[in-house]
Amino acid sequence: MKIALALIASFFSVVLITENNGPVLQDPDQVLQIQKGIDNNLFAEDNEKCLVCHGEPYFELADTATGVIRNRLMCDDYHVDRDEFYQSNHWSFACTDCHSYDFEIFPHPVSTRLEEPYHCNDCHGYDEQYARYQFEEIQIEYEESVHAEIDGFSCWKCHDPHSYEINIRNSTSLGKTILYDNNICLECHANFDNFQLLTDKEEIKVIDSHGWLPNQSAHFTSVRCIECHTGINESILVAHKLLPKDKAVKRCTECHSSESRLLATLYKFQSKEFRADVGFINGIILNQSYVIGANRNIILNVLSFIIFAGVILVIVVHLFFRIIRRA
Amino acid sequence: MTRRLYLYPVWIRIWHVINAILFLILIFTGVSMQFAGSGGEFSLIRFDQAVAWHNVSAIILTFNYVVFIIGNVATTNSRHYRIKKENFWADLFAQLKFYAFGMFKKEKHPFPVTYEQKFNPLQKISYVLAMYVGMPVLIITGFGLLFPEILVQQFFGVSGLLITDILHITMGFILSVFMLIHIYTCTLGDKPATLFKSMISGYHEEHE
Ligand code: HEC
Ligand code: HEC
Ligand code: HEC
Ligand code: HEC
Ligand code: HEC
Ligand code: HEC
Ligand code: HEC
Ligand code: HEM
Repeated sequence: MKIALALIASFFSVVLITENNGPVLQDPDQVLQIQKGIDNNLFAEDNEKCLVCHGEPYFELADTATGVIRNRLMCDDYHVDRDEFYQSNHWSFACTDCHSYDFEIFPHPVSTRLEEPYHCNDCHGYDEQYARYQFEEIQIEYEESVHAEIDGFSCWKCHDPHSYEINIRNSTSLGKTILYDNNICLECHANFDNFQLLTDKEEIKVIDSHGWLPNQSAHFTSVRCIECHTGINESILVAHKLLPKDKAVKRCTECHSSESRLLATLYKFQSKEFRADVGFINGIILNQSYVIGANRNIILNVLSFIIFAGVILVIVVHLFFRIIRRA
Repeated sequence: MTRRLYLYPVWIRIWHVINAILFLILIFTGVSMQFAGSGGEFSLIRFDQAVAWHNVSAIILTFNYVVFIIGNVATTNSRHYRIKKENFWADLFAQLKFYAFGMFKKEKHPFPVTYEQKFNPLQKISYVLAMYVGMPVLIITGFGLLFPEILVQQFFGVSGLLITDILHITMGFILSVFMLIHIYTCTLGDKPATLFKSMISGYHEEHE
């Protein structure tokens, strides 16, 4: 099965590149350029077999024996949005690449429904094409995170199989990326229905448990939850080791200082490219945010120091003459 | 002979002492935030406490500022804040010359304190600029930072927050320098402590 998938995947890249009419490229960055969307998915027609029901707000429940057909609601949790799916990372897939063919049977048999889903690394592990994502390192980090202990948790819980799209790596708007990433967490931490599926714990009110943080809305729209809740990992772009709550960042100066940890987390991608040695002012931060204590304008600092010293000097000289002249 | 003139009404004195104390707190906490270091190598005070003190002081300062404005609209104290166009530069220059040379030659004050005119031209222009230009800018930008949702998001492609903040810290700096000079020039009275005493007692005193 794995081999078959790998074949499908590589077959794709070839087909799609040739369709692109451009030069044949092996660079995965260039493969990304392929237009996503339903029109370029080779299995779009097959997928409709599932999406007739899962892509619609309701489905037809039919009794083959009597011929009675009734409309039934497709509950939201089983809904797969076509547009999101065909824009996601796994947009080029057939539903049955990940799901058993037995789902073509309806009602879906219990054994099929309890099938263990693939792990990300079944496909991505030790694959050179995805080496820059460092899936193996992420896996290790995940296994040490607080969520990994929860029965039924997996990478899929944060990376929705039908809509997950890489974000910060291609980000043109930091604000949108922060929103996207935080919504991942809020899917459970602001929605008790999803939360209680995984734990017997009482509901955690995120707003209340962060009551100590002033300007909460400004913070939650300008940093991601993971800025405070994960350890720093230099080798991957998005740290995945979610620490227990008592290890979360609470000290303001972790961010509000010239050595801001945001340089190693949120601004990592940008800061590597733009960060000037003299100060913190760089493209992305200048344009999209201002972090008290971290943004320092060297020129203004030096200028203010000179002015201040100048004023003191004038006063001292004046005082000196007042004393010797007894004025 | 000592000449006594009642120039500083009670409300001005109360306003002023509150203003001065709050200003000192604001400078201290503001500098502490601006130069915060993560390891505590330059933290005058814990960041979150600095923020809390800064915010509370700023809000009181704003109310206090309103008191100053209302006071100056409602009472005759405002007469000291009217700048006359004629001889503006010449008067300013005369006062500067006095501070730079005249006072060392024991010359007479070019603008002696009277009931009609308690400030010399230099005091007048600096107080007017500080109170009617500096403070409003400082307060408005400060509230912009407190409620960032009211700010313009982007201004010619640069974060509105950044511009607001630069304005705020620049004006904070200018007013801090003003305060330094202000305190020093307040030692230039009859005796070094004379003017400070006036600000407490309300009476201006001068040997004839
Ligand atoms: C006739 C409508 C219909 C069709 C066609 C259909 N499904 Fe479903 N499917 C449902 C309904 C209704 C549910 C939820 C109720 C249930 O669990 O039976 C569901 C549930 C599921 C589940 C969740 C099972 C679980 O318990 O977690 C999966 C996965 C699934 N379908 C995949 C597919 C795939 C893949 C296809 C296409 C090959 C498909 N379905 C075709 C109606 C349909
Ligand atoms: C990249 C692999 C992958 C593809 C492609 C995929 N799915 Fe899924 N799907 C999963 C996984 C994994 C789960 C289980 C998620 C979980 O456990 O949280 C799932 C769960 C589901 C569910 C259960 C409800 C839910 O959202 O958790 C339905 C329904 C479903 N898939 C339908 C589809 C349909 C229809 C398609 C095709 C349009 C499709 N899937 C394509 C991996 C995939
Ligand atoms: C069934 C195999 C399979 C599984 C399971 C799978 N992926 Fe993928 N993934 C692929 C393939 C193939 C592509 C390339 C899709 C394309 O662009 O045509 C891909 C693309 C991606 C990309 C985009 C890479 C790029 O450079 O465009 C990311 C990120 C990604 N997957 C993450 C994940 C994560 C996270 C998981 C687990 C939650 C996961 N994948 C599970 C096969 C898989
Ligand atoms: C608690 C939620 C959570 C879990 C669990 C999780 N991730 Fe992530 N992951 C994220 C977030 C948030 C991002 C940032 C998404 C973005 O902006 O691109 C991310 C990003 C990624 C990326 C893209 C990083 C890049 O370099 O662009 C990969 C690959 C990835 N995760 C793989 C995994 C794998 C594999 C697992 C399971 C071993 C996993 N994730 C589990 C939250 C999670
Ligand atoms: C500025 C840093 C910071 C940010 C940003 C942040 N957190 Fe926290 N979070 C903390 C700290 C510190 C604690 C521990 C609070 C305590 O113990 O008093 C915590 C606690 C928690 C807890 C446990 C609360 C409990 O009472 O058990 C959850 C859940 C949580 N955060 C989720 C989130 C989510 C979701 C986001 C994003 C929307 C987020 N956090 C953003 C610092 C942060
Ligand atoms: C699929 C649901 C789900 C998602 C998505 C999710 N969490 Fe959680 N999280 C949980 C559950 C359930 C617990 C409670 C675990 C337990 O029983 O102790 C938890 C616990 C936590 C805790 C508290 C750990 C402690 O020490 O008590 C923190 C902090 C946390 N999550 C942060 C996050 C952050 C940050 C994200 C996003 C990157 C996130 N979570 C995404 C379900 C989720
Ligand atoms: C995870 C990093 C992080 C931590 C920890 C953090 N902040 Fe912030 N804070 C930020 C960022 C980023 C901004 C910039 C907001 C923006 O651009 O809108 C900010 C903005 C602010 C602002 C100004 C809001 C505005 O109007 O501009 C204040 C005040 C503030 N933080 C106080 C604190 C205090 C107090 C703490 C500690 C209790 C703290 N922060 C902890 C990242 C952090
Ligand atoms: C510790 C700090 C301060 C000290 C010791 C101090 C001292 C004095 C003294 C002695 C006077 C009376 C002399 C005169 O009228 O010129 C005075 C007046 C005045 N000060 Fe200050 N000052 C301080 C801070 C400030 C600050 C921060 C501001 C404004 C931002 C300010 C604004 C004024 C104004 C406007 C007057 C004139 C008030 C009036 O009579 O209408 N002072 N100050």
